[in-house]
Amino acid sequence: MALDKPYADIPGTTIFDADMARIGFHINQFSMSLMKAENRESFIADERAYLDEWPMTEDQKQAVLDRDYNRMMSLGGNVYFLAKIFSTDGISFQQAAASMTGMTQPEYAQMMLDGGRSPEGNRYKNEQGKGKV
Amino acid sequence: MAKITAGVATSHVPAIGAAIDNGKTEDDYWQPVFAGYEYAKQWIAEQKPDVVILVYNDHASAFSLDLVPTFALGTGEKYKPADEGWGPRPVPDVFGHPELASHIAHSVITDNFDLTIVNTMDVDHGLTVPLSLMFGQPNAWPCNIIPLAVNVVLYPPPSGQRCYDLGKALRKAVESFDEDLNVQIWGTGGMSHQLQGPRAGLINQEFDNDFLDKLVNEPEAQAKVPHIDYVREAGSEGVELVMWLIMRGALNKEVIEKHRFYHVPASNTAVGHMILENK
Repeated sequence: MALDKPYADIPGTTIFDADMARIGFHINQFSMSLMKAENRESFIADERAYLDEWPMTEDQKQAVLDRDYNRMMSLGGNVYFLAKIFSTDGISFQQAAASMTGMTQPEYAQMMLDGGRSPEGNRYKNEQGKGKV
Repeated sequence: MAKITAGVATSHVPAIGAAIDNGKTEDDYWQPVFAGYEYAKQWIAEQKPDVVILVYNDHASAFSLDLVPTFALGTGEKYKPADEGWGPRPVPDVFGHPELASHIAHSVITDNFDLTIVNTMDVDHGLTVPLSLMFGQPNAWPCNIIPLAVNVVLYPPPSGQRCYDLGKALRKAVESFDEDLNVQIWGTGGMSHQLQGPRAGLINQEFDNDFLDKLVNEPEAQAKVPHIDYVREAGSEGVELVMWLIMRGALNKEVIEKHRFYHVPASNTAVGHMILENK
């Protein structure tokens, strides 16, 4: 029997569950490797060569090269693991989060100062269009 | 006899740690956040806990996907601040309390909570930011700290009920330790936030304030709230709030709310902070 995943109908959200962790095992372990300074240097020196040392799919590697965080998460990446990539790039959590929303960093920062993104219209996928994501 | 005298709840936003480490606490953006912790600094200087059981979550620092323990209790002597990708935070090493921690492990596992035991791990901002908020920037942390790492990264985390019940078991464990120790328990993480995807930046002040009320007065009802409510209402990372229920479960049914603080935003996150004493 399939497991109940009631979170599947939340818009704009990927829940990192055990299935996603299985798909994303190597992209997340690659990300973890960037916690070591010498690995960060190797990655920066030749990203493609460094990625090729990991048994990741080509889609996963391309998403990393493109710094497409939504794509990385759809392929099993988890934001706390992927944080090692944007930290290597010298990018803050807020800048990285902004990049996932399609907003500029100043727009996103202003939204947060204004109280953040409202849950109104953002609880269920079928509310989309009625509220603002 | 050792005794749990009080509980502290606080968010553990990494940018708060960076603001402290880089001397930005008086900036316009950060000043209101740190003002909310002034009471706590005075309070804890008077309370002088011997040991803090610090409930937090690791953010893919000590635990990669090699190993994902649901509840991991630190029984080691010493833990170093983790390098989370930009070098370790310049904060003191964290000294554990191996005797009390081992006693807790024995007692709690006997009570049917299958803890993982950790002796060697680095501790990330989830543990060190709360210490900085409560103690400032000392050369050494003024008490021993027992880390209790809870998995809230790989879904599903333990249920709110399980967390609340673990708190009760922790209390029983502490109270059966012979040495006179003033023990506090801290629950960290939250409040509403979502760090990922097009819905990133979600904040739900109504949910957060309701949670704070219920944590004080109706913790048993709050413990029954399912994960989906946290995730839908308070963001994918808002589910960290179940860790506060471990703290609450370790306190008396009736508590005195000594302090409450709520502020939006710190980076992507709503900051919540509370001090509860046993009545």
